[in-house]
Amino acid sequence: MSRPDSRPLRIALVGNPNTGKTTLFNRLTGSRQKIGNYPGVTVEKKYGAWHPGGRAATLVDLPGAYSLAASSPDERVALDFLTGHLAGEARPDAVICVVDASNIVRNLFLASQVADLGLPLVIALNMSDAAEQTGIHIDAALLARHLGVPVVRTVATRGEGSGALEKAVLRAVDGRLLMAQVPWPEAVQRAVHYLADGLEKEGVAPLEPGELRRILFDQRSAVLERAGWPPEADPQPLLSAARDILSAAGLQPVPAEALLRYEHLGHVTADAVRFPEKRRRTRTERIDAVLTHRVWGLLIFALLMFLVFQSIYAWAGPVMELIEVTVAAVQERVAPWLAAWPAVQSLVVDGLVVGVGGVLVFLPQILVLFFFIALLEDTGYMARGAFLMDKMFGWCGLNGKSFVPMLSSYACAVPGILAARTIEDPRARLTTVLVSPLMSCSARLPVYTLMIGAFIEPSHGAVVAGAVLFAAHLLGLVVAVPVAWSLNRFVLRTRTQPFLLEMPPYRRPRLRDILWRLWERAREFLVRAGTVILAMTVIIWALVYFPRPPEVRERTVAALSALNDPSAVEHAVEAAYLEQSLLARAGRAVQPVFAPAGFDWKITVGVLASFPAREVIIATLGTIYGIGREVDAGSGDLRFALGRDLWTHGDRAGQPVFTVPVALAVMVFFALCLQCGATVAVMAKEANWGWAVFGFVYMTLLAWLGAVLTYQLGTRWLGG
Amino acid sequence: MSEAVISLAALPPGERGRVQSGEDGHPAVPRLLALGLLPGTEITVVRVAPLGDPVEVEFLGMRLSLRKADAAAVRVEPFTAR
Repeated sequence: MSRPDSRPLRIALVGNPNTGKTTLFNRLTGSRQKIGNYPGVTVEKKYGAWHPGGRAATLVDLPGAYSLAASSPDERVALDFLTGHLAGEARPDAVICVVDASNIVRNLFLASQVADLGLPLVIALNMSDAAEQTGIHIDAALLARHLGVPVVRTVATRGEGSGALEKAVLRAVDGRLLMAQVPWPEAVQRAVHYLADGLEKEGVAPLEPGELRRILFDQRSAVLERAGWPPEADPQPLLSAARDILSAAGLQPVPAEALLRYEHLGHVTADAVRFPEKRRRTRTERIDAVLTHRVWGLLIFALLMFLVFQSIYAWAGPVMELIEVTVAAVQERVAPWLAAWPAVQSLVVDGLVVGVGGVLVFLPQILVLFFFIALLEDTGYMARGAFLMDKMFGWCGLNGKSFVPMLSSYACAVPGILAARTIEDPRARLTTVLVSPLMSCSARLPVYTLMIGAFIEPSHGAVVAGAVLFAAHLLGLVVAVPVAWSLNRFVLRTRTQPFLLEMPPYRRPRLRDILWRLWERAREFLVRAGTVILAMTVIIWALVYFPRPPEVRERTVAALSALNDPSAVEHAVEAAYLEQSLLARAGRAVQPVFAPAGFDWKITVGVLASFPAREVIIATLGTIYGIGREVDAGSGDLRFALGRDLWTHGDRAGQPVFTVPVALAVMVFFALCLQCGATVAVMAKEANWGWAVFGFVYMTLLAWLGAVLTYQLGTRWLGG
Repeated sequence: MSEAVISLAALPPGERGRVQSGEDGHPAVPRLLALGLLPGTEITVVRVAPLGDPVEVEFLGMRLSLRKADAAAVRVEPFTAR
C-alpha cells in the first residue's frame, strides 16, 4: 500500500469528559485551531493543524463522551464522525483515545467501542503523574502488548509525551494497528448475522460488524438512521428478534455489551495495572466534606456566586464605560470629516461606530465571567455547584448547571447565554438559553430609574420606590420558572436525559489554559455574534434616519424662528425628523396594539426603537420630547417633560400620558421583553435562528400581556 | 448478607451495597452500565445534596452525582454487616 503522503492525515481525538483531552488538543495544535458547529446540531466542532513527524494532519477534537451509545447529541456526533456518516467529514485515519490514568478501566471502555469500528488507535495515558500519586501504577509497555496498540504516557498540562504521541500515531496509521477485539460470544455473532440479513432485505447498504453491534446493543441506534433504513419501516421487530438470540443464550440484551467489554478489559489490564491496597482519604474528600456541607457548602456557594456577580457588575463596569467614552470620542473625531455628506456621516457615526462599540462593550463582561467559569470548571467546583443547586432547577426542566448562566444574565444575558454551554444536557441547555433573557439585566435599570424617579418616588416615597425596583428585578425570575416548565412540558418534546454528573477530583487550575479559553471565547463572540449585532444596528439606524426630506427641517426652523436658541431648534428638528421616520410611522401604526397598556404613540416609538437595545429608550424619549438624545435616566428635564405630557386627542384628551399604572406597565414591558439584538444574535448562534425567533416572540407576547395586565389592574386599583 | 434488595435511591448515605440489576428501559441504565456500574459492582452512597436531591455515589473509584429518579432504576443489595 502506498503511503498517501499528499493528503493530510485525519486524526480524531476522543475521550471521556475530565480527561484533559482539550488541554492535549491545545498542546498539539497550538494556535492553529478553528472552531465551528457541525451542521444542524449545536455541537462544537474543533479542529486544528498538527504535524506528527513532519506529516500534515488535521486533528479533530470530538466532544467528550463516556460511550458511543449515542443517546446525546455529543455522543451522536462522535459516533457519526468515527463511522464516516457525518456530512462532509471523511472517516479518520486513526484515533487518539485520551484516557485518565486514574480511571483507566472505565476510560478504556470508550476506547474499545472506538476500536470496534475498525479504526487504528493510540491510547494517550494522560495524567499518569496524578495516578501514580494515588498509588495506581500502570505498566504502559505491557498494556500496549495486551491491547495491540501503542500506549503513550502524557501529561498534557506540561506538554509531556507529545513527541512519543506523534510517533505512535504514525505507527498506528501506517501499520493499521487495531486494538484487541472483545472475544464476542457465539450468540452475539449470530445476532449480528441475523441483523445483517434483515438489513439487507430492507435495502440498507452493508455495514461493518462494529456498526452492526452498535445497532444490536444501543436502545435507539443512530447508525440505523444514518445507514438508510427506510423511515416508514419499524425496525423494532428486527431488533427484538436479534436481541432474542442473545436472551436465548443467557445474555441479557441491555447489560450484555457492558458486561462483555468490561470482562475483556478486566483481563487485559489485570497484570498491567496495579491498584493501591488501601484507599486513603483523599484531599478531594476532605475538601468535599466542607464544600458540599449542608450549611458551609451552601454558604460558600452563595458567597462565590455573589463574588462572580459582583465582578461582572463592578469590575467590568469601568472598562465598559471606557469603551463608551471611546465610542463618543471617535464619533466626535469622525463626524467633521464627513460633514459634507450628512447621510454618510450619520451612517458612520450613528450606525457603524455605535454598532462596533455595541459589540465591544460586551467583551469585558464576557471575559470576566468566562474567567470565573474556567476557574470553576478547571478546579472541579462547577460539578459541586451543580450538585448543590440541582434540586432547585431540576423539576422545571433545567439543571444544577443552569445557575451560573441565569445569575450572569442578571448582569447581561449575552455572557449568560454563552455560559449555558457548560450544560451537557441539550434540553436543559436550550431551556436555559430561552429563559435567561428574562433575568433583569443591567440595561433595564435606566428604564426602571426613569419611571420610578419620575412617577413613583415623588408621590410614594423612597421605600415604595425601592420595593418597586426590587420587584422589577424579581419579576423575570418569577416568570422564568413557569416558562421553563411549560417549555419542557409542551414545546421541547425530546426525551429527558438522566442527569449524571461526574464529581472529578479537585485540581489546580492552570492560568495558561484559562487565558486560552478566554481568548477563544472572545474571538468567537466577535466573529460570530459581533457581525450580526453590527448588521442589526445599521438596519435600525436606517429605520430611524430615513426618510429625510429637507422640508421638515425648513418647516421646523421657520416655526421656531422666534426662538433664539440654536440647540433647542436643533433638538426640535431632530424630534421632527424622528416623528416622520419609518420607525415612527411604524410606531403610530402599531400604537393601537399598545393602547390597552396605556402607551401613546411616543412610548410606542420608544418601545420599537428599543428592540435592538433596550437602553435606547432613554435617548429616543429625549429626542421625541425635544430635549436631545444626550439625556440620561436621571435627567430632570426628561422627567419633567414626561410628567407634563398630555393626551392631545381621544377619550383621554387633556389627561396626562404618564400615570403610575402607565409607568409600571412600561417597566413590566421592559422587564419581560427581549429588546436586545445582541441577545437574539447570541441565541441564534448558540441554538439556531428558529429558537432565537421563538424566544423573541414568546417574550414579546409575555411583555405585552404583562404590560396590559399591569395597566388595566393598575387603573382599576390605583386610579388613572 | 441481607436478602433484601432495595433501590439505590433508598440506600442511606454512608451505606454500601452490591448492584443487582437495572430497570429495563430506563434511560439512565445504559449510561450507568457504560460507566462500569455492572451487576455485582459495589457502590457507596457518599452523601445526599443539602436540598435532598441528587445523591453522590462512589463506585470503582469514581464519584458520580445522580438524581434519585435515576438512582431508583438501580436495585442494590445492601451490606448490613461488614
